[in-house]
Amino acid sequence: MSDALIQTFREALPAGPDHVSLRWMDKRETLLTVRDDVVQAPVLAHDVGVMVTVHESGGLGYAATADLSPSGLRAAIERARQWAKAVGAISVIDTRTLNMPAPKGEWRGPMTTSWDALALSDRLDRLKRACAAAGGREHIAMREASVLSSITETLYLTSAGGEVRQSSVAMTPEIEVFTLKDGHSQRRTLGGLRGASRQGGAEILDAFALEATATRVRDEAIELLDAPDCPTGTMDIVLAPDQMMLQIHESIGHPIELDRILGDERNYAGTSFVTMDMFGTYQYGSDVLNVSFAPDEPGEFAGYGWDDDGTKGERVLLIENGLLKRPLGGAISQARAGINGVANSRASSWNRPPIDRMANLNVEPGDTSLDKLIGGVERGIYMQTNLSWSIDDSRNKFQFGCEYGREIVDGELKGVVKNPNYRGISASFWRSLATVGDRSTYEILGTPYCGKGEPNQVIGVGHASPACHFSNISVFGGEA
Amino acid sequence: MNPQSFGVLVDHVANALPVGIGFTLNASGEQSDFVRFNHAKVRQPGTVQQGDADLRLIDGKRHTTAQLTLSGNAETDKARLSDSIATVLALLPQVPEDPHLLLSEEVHPTVQSTPTDIPSAQAVVQAVCEEGKGTDLVGIYAGGTLWRAFANHHGQRNWFDSGSLLLDYSLVHSADKAVKSSIGGTSWDRAELASSVSVAKQQLVALDKPSRTVEPGSYRAWLAPAAVAELLELMSMDGFSERAHQMGASCLQRVASGEASMDPRVRLTEDTAGGLGPAFQSAGFVKPDHVVLVADGKLAGKLVSPRSSAEYGVDANGASAGESPSSLVMAPGELATEEALTALGTGIWVSNLWYLNYSDRNSARVTGMTRFATFWVEDGKIVAPLSVMRFDASLLKLFGEDLEAIGAEIAFLPSASTYGSRSTDSIRVPGMLVKALPFTL
Repeated sequence: MSDALIQTFREALPAGPDHVSLRWMDKRETLLTVRDDVVQAPVLAHDVGVMVTVHESGGLGYAATADLSPSGLRAAIERARQWAKAVGAISVIDTRTLNMPAPKGEWRGPMTTSWDALALSDRLDRLKRACAAAGGREHIAMREASVLSSITETLYLTSAGGEVRQSSVAMTPEIEVFTLKDGHSQRRTLGGLRGASRQGGAEILDAFALEATATRVRDEAIELLDAPDCPTGTMDIVLAPDQMMLQIHESIGHPIELDRILGDERNYAGTSFVTMDMFGTYQYGSDVLNVSFAPDEPGEFAGYGWDDDGTKGERVLLIENGLLKRPLGGAISQARAGINGVANSRASSWNRPPIDRMANLNVEPGDTSLDKLIGGVERGIYMQTNLSWSIDDSRNKFQFGCEYGREIVDGELKGVVKNPNYRGISASFWRSLATVGDRSTYEILGTPYCGKGEPNQVIGVGHASPACHFSNISVFGGEA
Repeated sequence: MNPQSFGVLVDHVANALPVGIGFTLNASGEQSDFVRFNHAKVRQPGTVQQGDADLRLIDGKRHTTAQLTLSGNAETDKARLSDSIATVLALLPQVPEDPHLLLSEEVHPTVQSTPTDIPSAQAVVQAVCEEGKGTDLVGIYAGGTLWRAFANHHGQRNWFDSGSLLLDYSLVHSADKAVKSSIGGTSWDRAELASSVSVAKQQLVALDKPSRTVEPGSYRAWLAPAAVAELLELMSMDGFSERAHQMGASCLQRVASGEASMDPRVRLTEDTAGGLGPAFQSAGFVKPDHVVLVADGKLAGKLVSPRSSAEYGVDANGASAGESPSSLVMAPGELATEEALTALGTGIWVSNLWYLNYSDRNSARVTGMTRFATFWVEDGKIVAPLSVMRFDASLLKLFGEDLEAIGAEIAFLPSASTYGSRSTDSIRVPGMLVKALPFTL
């Protein structure tokens, strides 16, 4: 398909536009689920289509189509041209000032053992074992084991000769257990909101020890039923990587997205408390906070070689020793703002245009083991796995909840608490980061579900982090 | 796509299958213009032509679904369907029987077709930029045609098409202070746009005063319809789902058990007949016109998908797999909108809420933020805009003991969601006056 598409694109290129690009995406997904030992009907998805983008007469226009025939492609180019010419005089940016990349190359994500190449019956057997490992005790209302796997191929072409091929394989395993006792329910999972997503194959199920994890998740869900509520008060918290990913995502990632700062998202996802003058001067967090944009982190969920506007992906420290240095902004946002950004112009699929997104956004590890991290807390809560999240449209005032908490008293882990929640304000929260865990506490995680944009787009992101200790945080539990 | 071209694909599937293999074919598509605005200028304009199909093949109690992209070209799409059929037929023997499979076996053909008058999107864009000139208008125009279709091996055929447009926008005053509005429907009216922007401009004036910050604590509050819609949309995620109730994972578990109730004036109905979407779902069941969910403050009904029906032994009622409403209606009360400020007295006027989630699902306790135009009111008069505040409240209290009055007028709010495709969901709700909205941060 791709060779024919390249030829068709080259032949169909009109003479007038300053820039024409084509982005082809072919994605195959398989969702396998076993719930309460019953195999749910497998779902096999195959999505394929193209988006054409044209810069002409100072305007930008796009057209997306699943009609990949020569006539379908020519029609898409013409529709995109019509849009570009129609809006040139009323556009946010004069596209004649842009110098879009024309990259050439190939990138392939990692994979050791193909999951999708295994016989369906073998894949289902593995999930049946995991589901069974989550059963066998009282008070279980529902238990489910699932894997969402995907194989994605993309091709990016530009009128200036750019040609990039990329492919990746990804896996999202999940274990979910609901327990119920006396009308009170609890939920425990492997990854919260499918937070155990990574690039790779069947080896990822081993990395997350699917069957053993299912039993642990079951036991902890039962444990929560009789656990006391999380205490209320100002105290320290230690966040496990599967809560850190949400904390990073909502209160670092979104606030430093350049399109939010430029105002594009104010009608939907929101604005940001971060302003342009803060880059290079603003102390975002304590001096142990280092945050990287890392499209090259091996196996992380949102790895790639080039973004969807053709910019080469490179690792960059966005926050260094607590100082905010760079935004998450792709080529067009960078041109609008006059500031350096990163290669994060991404589209959720062929039918949506690229916008500024997180990709792999990570907190760099420190040098403290988990034992020492906990040991440094006089009174606090160790919180694991995101359950609830809410943050204001400037990405400042937040309230997050976790599935599972453990009290910390005088440096030692104590009893389990249910409904552990905490509140804070992004602008001050990261300055209360006291200690960063070392690489032994570091986990590479990710989720397929980051929503943003008009039209709306949901896209996968990766977040890797060590466990982290924050001081003097407002903590509370549920209502009896 | 139209019913005839869809029929060609259905016939192709039916003819390609071996004897004894059944099928369901759900398909949808749209031709949509999306234009994004910022600072009353165009940020990204484009057109999306897309279609997709869910083809489920059934062998007794074994079944598997292939989802595929439709190109709109009949020969290409027939070839893609043939590929999917071959793939699924090869896998079916490896798939265990599904004891919870329930498909419609009665044939209920339906056709819903809405005549529309969608204008050239480029004309809309020019009008929006002209009307928005001098303002900081940000938002999106989404318009065009869309269709949904269903068929199965019993000969059932369902078709739905519609044309619609929605301009969802904000006029921004400064930072996070803004007036949010939308206009939409099945036709375009330039005068309606001018009126909408004019009203929003007038409301912007109220944001001129310096923002006030209030201390955490409970305040009387008028929740405008858009704010009530946010509360009900969170409640709808699991509140009326048969599966969620069976798992003990519904926020209305205590209402179902009789341990708690809402105010007797609260009445909620899934009103498919009055909504914007198709009246059929993916297993071939036709939705009833109405399902009463809450009556006299008590849980009166739930949404039961075919799968839940088979699993839990209760009657299905046309619900989709997610078992959440698509056309929820809350019955109006008696408080006229023009009397709401006076009835509020001193407290908070909340135009919009935002980013709701549970603090404790078991007790229906939710948190979220105020957003856009929210005001501090004294003695029935707007005094100042309010800085954004976080609330943490029980849905059962807001719709129960803390509910003082329900607005007499209902706002019709079509969904602006465009995740994957343009939504056909909508919600119709009044405003609510509550005695206590607890702010925490």
